Amino acid sequence: MGFLAIEGLSRVFPGVRGGAPTRALEKTDLAVEDNDFICLLGPSGCGKSTLLRIVAGLDSPSTGRVMLDGAPVTAPGPDRGMVFQSYTLFPWLTIEQNILFGARSTQAKAADLISRVGLKGFENHYPKMLSGGMQQRTALARALANDPKILLLDEPFGALDHQTRALMQELLLGIWEADRKTVLFVTHDIDEAIFMANRVAVMSARPGRIKAIVPIDLQHPRHYTLKTTREFSDYKALLTEQIRTEAMKAAQMEEVSP
Amino acid sequence: MEPLRPVSRRAQLALGAAFFVVFFALWALATFGGAIDSMFLKDPLYTLVTGYKLFAEFNFIRDVGVTIWRVLGGFVIAALIGVPLGIVMGAYKPVEAFFEPFVSFARYLPASAFIPLLILWAGVGETQKLAVIFIGSVFQIVLMVAVIVGSTRRELVEAAYTLGASGRDIVKRVLLPGAGPQIAEALRLVLGWAWTYVIVAELVGSSSGIGYMIMDSQRLLDTGQMIFGIFCIGVIGLASDLTFKWANQRLYPWAF
Repeated sequence: MGFLAIEGLSRVFPGVRGGAPTRALEKTDLAVEDNDFICLLGPSGCGKSTLLRIVAGLDSPSTGRVMLDGAPVTAPGPDRGMVFQSYTLFPWLTIEQNILFGARSTQAKAADLISRVGLKGFENHYPKMLSGGMQQRTALARALANDPKILLLDEPFGALDHQTRALMQELLLGIWEADRKTVLFVTHDIDEAIFMANRVAVMSARPGRIKAIVPIDLQHPRHYTLKTTREFSDYKALLTEQIRTEAMKAAQMEEVSP
Repeated sequence: MEPLRPVSRRAQLALGAAFFVVFFALWALATFGGAIDSMFLKDPLYTLVTGYKLFAEFNFIRDVGVTIWRVLGGFVIAALIGVPLGIVMGAYKPVEAFFEPFVSFARYLPASAFIPLLILWAGVGETQKLAVIFIGSVFQIVLMVAVIVGSTRRELVEAAYTLGASGRDIVKRVLLPGAGPQIAEALRLVLGWAWTYVIVAELVGSSSGIGYMIMDSQRLLDTGQMIFGIFCIGVIGLASDLTFKWANQRLYPWAF
């Protein structure tokens, strides 16, 4: 029984126009401890985003349930902050107003987060005036300012270029090392998963399920130079092998299905 | 010229003005040159002089004022009902399912076809004029606003939910502010159409307004006055359009 308990969770999407239903997520269990940093790693279409959306309350499971801190999750709520892959800042609000959107956010928290994510001087800018990386930093600050029990991240750096992405990983990791928030992070990037996570949950291709949980025993605080160490490449070799078989399965399935 | 390459602000203004010059030059050429009989089309100079006389001797400014008042009156009433209804329809799908089929049907009822009925119901007074513009505008506004509000990006709504927003918050803090600029743009378009309805309404059973003046000029076969009247509508339309655009940019700096 963890802080966040995913119990027998599955999701079947009804078939489109009489087609066969899609089993996006097979019965899945996962226990996330308080202060844990878990990466859900898998090829595209493996149901990892579906799993995250159910935890967020944005989608309902076909079977099973999600318990957070002893209470069942039925709808979205401020206790589960989320950062999306697409840019979701409110374009009519300034950076500061965006961060103040959540009811539990305060001026003081917003000011603190703005400086921590390096957006000082941009408080009164509108989102469209900012680069993609800055927008995602704002989205991260917006989620954190609302003081959630758990942070859900759905490939938040997926749309960013490689360099910006690496910087964002360090930024997020730095915040986690300082605050020890519980984090559930969805990604298809192996390096990202190893660099960030305490444990990597490898997901299998359609129907998705968690096929292995790999603990990452790398010391904190982690520095970007970690990515070139021997231990890191060992993890990478291990996870690459796991993911490769799944990616191949997924690719074959897509060829077969119309 | 290269496709989609922008022009400078000055070049844009100069080009826009140039076409007006070309237009008046062609008009002058056709009328002064005698290619077109002056009974059918008066020359630009005559039209201008007639226009001056209309204002100076026939108190035409009153007609212009009456017409603007009618357009704005009918349009504002339509917007006051259409915008809130459209927002509720866009936000709440059962409400949309209830109204949408009827509104889509009503949208195709030509406002001008209602004029005889409206005269029967409301006489030839101001109520009838306002009603024509109202009928012509309200259904368009409802549908456009409903579509705009309904097409709010799903991710923005979901992001707001994960920040603890309630259903009411979603409408007030996400759907409404996000739809603002497009709603204003839709109103700008509908206001343009409202001008067509007002003239039609004034052509029938009216004793004042620009449309009435045009109708009256027909009796005297004064094409100069008619054209001047039509031009006045164009100028007012252009002015209201620019005002709308300017106001939108002021109101919604984040969207431009």
